[in-house]
Amino acid sequence: MTSPLEQKKIKIAGPSVVTANRTWDGIVVYRTAAKSWSADLSEAAIVRNSDEAKALLAESAADDVGAVGPYIAPVQVGADGKVEPGNLREQIRRTGVTIGQPAQV
Amino acid sequence: MYAYDEIDRTLVNERVSEFRDQVKRRLSGELTEDEFKMLRLQNGVYLQLHAYMFRVAIPYGTLATKQLRALAHVARKYDRGYGHFTTRQNIQFNWIKLAELPDALEDLSKVGIHAMQTSGNNMRNVTSDQWAGVAPGEIEDPRIWSELIRQHTTLHPEFSFLPRKFKIAITASDHDRAAIKIHDIGLRLIKNEKGETGFEVLVGGGLGRTPFIAKTIKHFVHGRDILSYIEAILRVYNQYGRRDNIYKARIKILVHELGIEKFSREVEEEWQHIRNSSLQIDDEVIEDIRSRFTYPAYEKLPHMPDELRQAAADPDFEAWRKNSVAPHKVQGYSIVTISLKPIGKPPGDATAEQMDALADLADKYSFGEIRVGHEQNLALPHVAKRDLPALWKALDKLDLATPNVNLITDIIACPGLDYCSLANARSIPIAQELTRRFANHELANLIGRLHINISGCINACGHHHVGHIGILGVEKNGEEVYQITIGGRADESAALGNLIGPGVKFDEVADVVEDIVEAYLALRERPEELFMDTVKRLGVEPFKERVYATR
Repeated sequence: MTSPLEQKKIKIAGPSVVTANRTWDGIVVYRTAAKSWSADLSEAAIVRNSDEAKALLAESAADDVGAVGPYIAPVQVGADGKVEPGNLREQIRRTGVTIGQPAQV
Repeated sequence: MYAYDEIDRTLVNERVSEFRDQVKRRLSGELTEDEFKMLRLQNGVYLQLHAYMFRVAIPYGTLATKQLRALAHVARKYDRGYGHFTTRQNIQFNWIKLAELPDALEDLSKVGIHAMQTSGNNMRNVTSDQWAGVAPGEIEDPRIWSELIRQHTTLHPEFSFLPRKFKIAITASDHDRAAIKIHDIGLRLIKNEKGETGFEVLVGGGLGRTPFIAKTIKHFVHGRDILSYIEAILRVYNQYGRRDNIYKARIKILVHELGIEKFSREVEEEWQHIRNSSLQIDDEVIEDIRSRFTYPAYEKLPHMPDELRQAAADPDFEAWRKNSVAPHKVQGYSIVTISLKPIGKPPGDATAEQMDALADLADKYSFGEIRVGHEQNLALPHVAKRDLPALWKALDKLDLATPNVNLITDIIACPGLDYCSLANARSIPIAQELTRRFANHELANLIGRLHINISGCINACGHHHVGHIGILGVEKNGEEVYQITIGGRADESAALGNLIGPGVKFDEVADVVEDIVEAYLALRERPEELFMDTVKRLGVEPFKERVYATR
């Protein structure tokens, strides 16, 4: 995973969000426009250029107690405004493992 | 089994209290993540894709039934009902809450289990042969020496802030089941011409981005000197090992760059300073450790009991026995490997129910002892041959009797992109598809011994470099692509595999493996010629031609 510091050098190529893991239980969360964290991707703040992304990342990183390891992740925004993960890694983080879990199969 | 003393128990308990306080301070914001990260890593806590992952040590792969039940309890109470046995005699839990970790650690500490040094740049869990103490022909039980090193290196200040993680493995048999040649230090127990116990010491092995097979640095180090010799190696590594570049920080890079001769001279010089110090091990120390390993009161049993003779008529039992049951050093007993590779399931995973039930079976049939091997399987080390049929039936009901040990579906696979924050591609779905593809046990037996190892990134947790067929997942233009090697092995003749050509897509991997296997079956000179023998005789080319002829 690219660290926030390294990501500051990255130019985003499309709509993105800031994601992290919630500190107390580790679950995947997204930074919202209300400056909080949500487990729901649809509530994530969408950024569309590098300056916005850097600003959102900096604000997210400052909330060190709420979530761990924030980074910028690509998303796809449909014509209807629906937000989907932008790559397989983020898809897996959102929906869980692509395999059956032993306790459930 | 090893009986821990009061010092061990105090150490483990105090560590839990310490970590509880650290977690409390982290959750209150008193500690930042930057401050906390090293503390959690030193207690085996990673942050993975979905949640925190908690890695627990199983020193030299030996578990008592109460310990396995405690692991089942952690899986059930604090996680999602299962655990993942790794390639380094650890178990990982994938979905644990940071807030509950101190409680989980405390529950484990009651049975002498901890997570110290299962992460971070320190001495990791000392691993050994999962058949230690029961394998016919071994020099002596390598766990005695593993335990000595474990005690010496646990929380040792000089080994707590190394340039990178450091792994030691020990074997005492001609056939290396501990993969010592892919460890930072590999130790092979031997006897010298005077009959004294000592070690051949190998150094600089490891996989990852830059794989190396370990080189022999010393042909014989007496047992009494092994701690000082290891410490001399560590001191040289601590002094010269690179800390400026994570990719060049492992001791294998130092050994490669200095050359084994120069590295050996540096170690020898350091050793002479400390060899006759308090690091020299008195016989009484070894005897004390030896006395803390207890062995079952074996009965005098026939080599071929009636129960086994009768069960031999059942082809399903025989299919299992052939691959899962190995000779024991005591007549009338066997070592039974429990396959954690059922067809279509993630390699190395076990549910809490399976762990509990296996603990019951170990109590009933294996003197309360279970072993964990680096191939992500378990073993019962002391099973009376007369009990094999009953054990097999019980294992079968638990989905733990898949007759595929050492066959093509006995796949080693890292968690890959389904769990791991470092991974670039998935490993487990590839393993699942391959097990379905080769689910026919007659075909698998026809193919014979063939190890497939899969990693989802270049860090090589799935040991792909040393798979007979190795599969490495990488990411290319947003797609998962898999590079295939053949000819690797992790035993006493350890070797790195050779790449056969360009990477292939996710959906093509199983077809490619099928092509390789078909090529082998067509090319082998006789049924007894194993895959590795054919590769050794013919090289990569015929396999490459077969795979890429139509791609």
